[in-house]
Amino acid sequence: MNLTLKVWRQKNANDKGKFVNYQVKDVSEDMSFLEMFDVLNEELISRGEEPIAFDHDCREGICGMCSMYIDGHPHGPLQGVTTCQLHMRSFKDGDTITVEPWRAKAFPVIKDLTVDRTSFDKIIAAGGYISVNTGNAQDANSLPVSKEDADASFAAAACIGCGACVAACVNSSAMLFVSAKVSQLALLPQGQPEREERVQGMVNAMDEAGFGNCTNTGACAFECPKGISLENIALMNRDFLKAGLLGKK
Amino acid sequence: MKLQSKIPEGPLAEKWSKYRSTVPLVNPANKRHLEVIIVGSGLAGASAAASLAELGYKVKVFCFQDSPRRAHSIAAQGGINAAKNYQNDGDSVYRLFYDTIKGGDYRAREGNVHRLAEVSGNIIDQCVAQGVPFAREYGGLLSNRSFGGTQVQRTFYAAGQTGQQLLLGAYSALQRQVGAGSVKMYSRHEMLDVVMIDGKARGIIARDLVSGKLERHFGHAVLLASGGYGNVFFLSTNAMGSNVSAAWKAHKKGAYFGNPCFTQIHPTCIPVSGDHQSKLTLMSESLRNDGRIWVPKKIEDAEAIRKGKKKASDIAEDDRDYYLERRYPAFGNLVPRDVASRAAKERCDAGFGVNATGEAVFLDFAYNMREKYGRTEATKHGIENPSEAKLKELGKAVVKEKYGNLFDMYKQITGVDPYEEPMQIYPAVHYTMGGLWVDYELMTTIPGLYALGEANFSDHGANRLGASALMQGLADGYFVIPYTIGSYLSKEISTKAIDTAHPAFEEAEARVKDTIDKFFSIKGSKSVDHFHKKLGKIMWEKCGMARNANGLKEAIQEIRKLREEFWSDLRVPGTANEFNPELDKAGRVADFLELGELMCLDALTRNESCGGHFREEYQTDEGEALRDDDNFAFVSCWEMKNVGEWDLHKEELVYENIKIAQRSYK
Repeated sequence: MNLTLKVWRQKNANDKGKFVNYQVKDVSEDMSFLEMFDVLNEELISRGEEPIAFDHDCREGICGMCSMYIDGHPHGPLQGVTTCQLHMRSFKDGDTITVEPWRAKAFPVIKDLTVDRTSFDKIIAAGGYISVNTGNAQDANSLPVSKEDADASFAAAACIGCGACVAACVNSSAMLFVSAKVSQLALLPQGQPEREERVQGMVNAMDEAGFGNCTNTGACAFECPKGISLENIALMNRDFLKAGLLGKK
Repeated sequence: MKLQSKIPEGPLAEKWSKYRSTVPLVNPANKRHLEVIIVGSGLAGASAAASLAELGYKVKVFCFQDSPRRAHSIAAQGGINAAKNYQNDGDSVYRLFYDTIKGGDYRAREGNVHRLAEVSGNIIDQCVAQGVPFAREYGGLLSNRSFGGTQVQRTFYAAGQTGQQLLLGAYSALQRQVGAGSVKMYSRHEMLDVVMIDGKARGIIARDLVSGKLERHFGHAVLLASGGYGNVFFLSTNAMGSNVSAAWKAHKKGAYFGNPCFTQIHPTCIPVSGDHQSKLTLMSESLRNDGRIWVPKKIEDAEAIRKGKKKASDIAEDDRDYYLERRYPAFGNLVPRDVASRAAKERCDAGFGVNATGEAVFLDFAYNMREKYGRTEATKHGIENPSEAKLKELGKAVVKEKYGNLFDMYKQITGVDPYEEPMQIYPAVHYTMGGLWVDYELMTTIPGLYALGEANFSDHGANRLGASALMQGLADGYFVIPYTIGSYLSKEISTKAIDTAHPAFEEAEARVKDTIDKFFSIKGSKSVDHFHKKLGKIMWEKCGMARNANGLKEAIQEIRKLREEFWSDLRVPGTANEFNPELDKAGRVADFLELGELMCLDALTRNESCGGHFREEYQTDEGEALRDDDNFAFVSCWEMKNVGEWDLHKEELVYENIKIAQRSYK
């Protein structure tokens, strides 16, 4: 199939940036979306033009590095997949596809479709862990966890930290990302001792990084490639409120 | 240089505990003044960084990705082994040790592997304490499954995302130290050289991949946890950015490279679909617990399937060749990876392959979905005489619970629903057992330079067992290096931090800059990928699943020629002082072009077959790998003299506890 790509090009963080149109021909439906970009970039290099910069690494939907905003959706039109798992059989001959970077104040553009997501690392550093030094642990089976809780915790822990939730949100809120980590640990007995400090630390770091507030549109969960649930946000809000009432800070 | 493996004296089971009790310590006040550089933030790097920072060392961590959480450990699916014997099925530290040595086809060190088995249980404890949500049974205790090359259930897992959960655990521990100010994180940074002062590793030159700026960083010790080099094949299950460069720079500075030709070809990957292919996707080995591997018995059925005239379901049960069950009745579909891969290649080479390219076999869940899970569920729910459809429905729910994400991924990539039709799979490059040579303390032949995880050569011999990579990465980082590094750093307590204006830093930086300038000055006509793909093709065809002397000799010549073309016709767009992924790739492929030659040389030198290294000249009458223990029971340790010129040193492997035998899974 032949396609027209309308791609955001931006030289660096200070550049204003603009859309540039590219024609790509003979695209196979077995190609992934990123492989189509590989082919386009090879062509640009052979023409002496600058290839399009985009983030990607594992190309199997788990590292969370790929991050294209395709036709108005983070990771494209399909639900439950990342950009690297999106295949060209989801498009048809003659389509025009618009590709942009994640857009959020807390994710400044580095170049073209590549953005800086270190704000997510800062949030984790502010409490997204259980404080257990290496060697401190007791036997793993000495602490039973009900299957239901373990499964729910795993479902929250499946977050890949890609930032699609932020890109999808009109307010560029990071509530889904933050709440996924808060829930994962709040649902486990190991996570209880630091439960209040954790949620406060992470929410404060989120606010400092410049993410917006949550207005319950649900776009984040809808667009999340890993199906992270809005219930996590509810749990986080509850915990945050409780921590405040307990006078923690 | 005489290779000192530094395996402690004494009985096998006491070596590590004795070592731990006698290794010199560094007092907490001195630790604060000792700086450690860690390159790579995967399981080995992140766990080492967190553990060393907890001990009080000053740590700097470098990764080329935008966040340490992206390291390729994240993509490991199946699980992590540990000798917990929670299943009461006869597991023990000794049995895990024995399985690993045997699985590695008797080419790994006894002392290292026993230590690995000893700490395996601590890893699970540590991860659970961190909040890693492993799969659990209804009673709340941890669940296990089986992996290849073992007859016990010792693999802990989190659906098909075990690597992700373990890495996020280690990443959380790392970020906790970042938050505490004890680790400084440098993401989007690539190490481009090791800095040596007075024969010791004293730092690195790194490039900030966003600004393009070269930076100098001092460390009393440097730890490379930079992963494996499977991407030398271009197509592999590795992430796009996975590379050998950090290890290779160390090799060029004098660190010996161990067993470079030992490559793991994983039997269950999604087959190649076309020339545009950029990487291959693994289907977890855990699927072999419930999937049966087969091809048609009749060649005309295979041809009909290839032409699209027949489907798998059209082939009658009696006309299917479950070749692993046929050849290896004791282990069946759960033979080790090298054995399963070669068996698939043998059937496809004989003309029984089942996709358009003829390079695929079936991995079929229908039988177990119906008979194993369907029947159990029917009995559980008191359904008498269930129909075939009912059995399938009941079984499907169980399979979905166990492998749902893998089935979804398969469907997304191929457009075929594996609940209805069997998966098609074919072997692909997955892991490299070879790597920087290290002693028992994980130190390379360069004092102060360590290698951890997949970047070293040490524990898997000639073939790694499934679910052992995660175990080794975390063992090295959480439980080995925190002890062994003391042996070196205890002697460095009076070494003051060296100013990076030191001439050694200056020289190293200048050399790095020269190489970068050279990339831009070629102004040729071909992209980096052009050369990478060509290299990959040579490696796969001549140094892949089967190798022979002629092919390897040809490959060496072809790689040398390709290297010349690379340095005369490469085109790198853009400039050095900006975010430039093509430049990053150029540096990595330049190193692969040197490594590829060494892999072929190593394969050519090793006149035997063992594990993943299969020389066609050396096989049994039944087509199994034929080892030569009299002449090749050693680790190949290569010292680089010049590009394309190496000296071979040998570390003899001594087996005091295991009776070395022909490996059999029949």
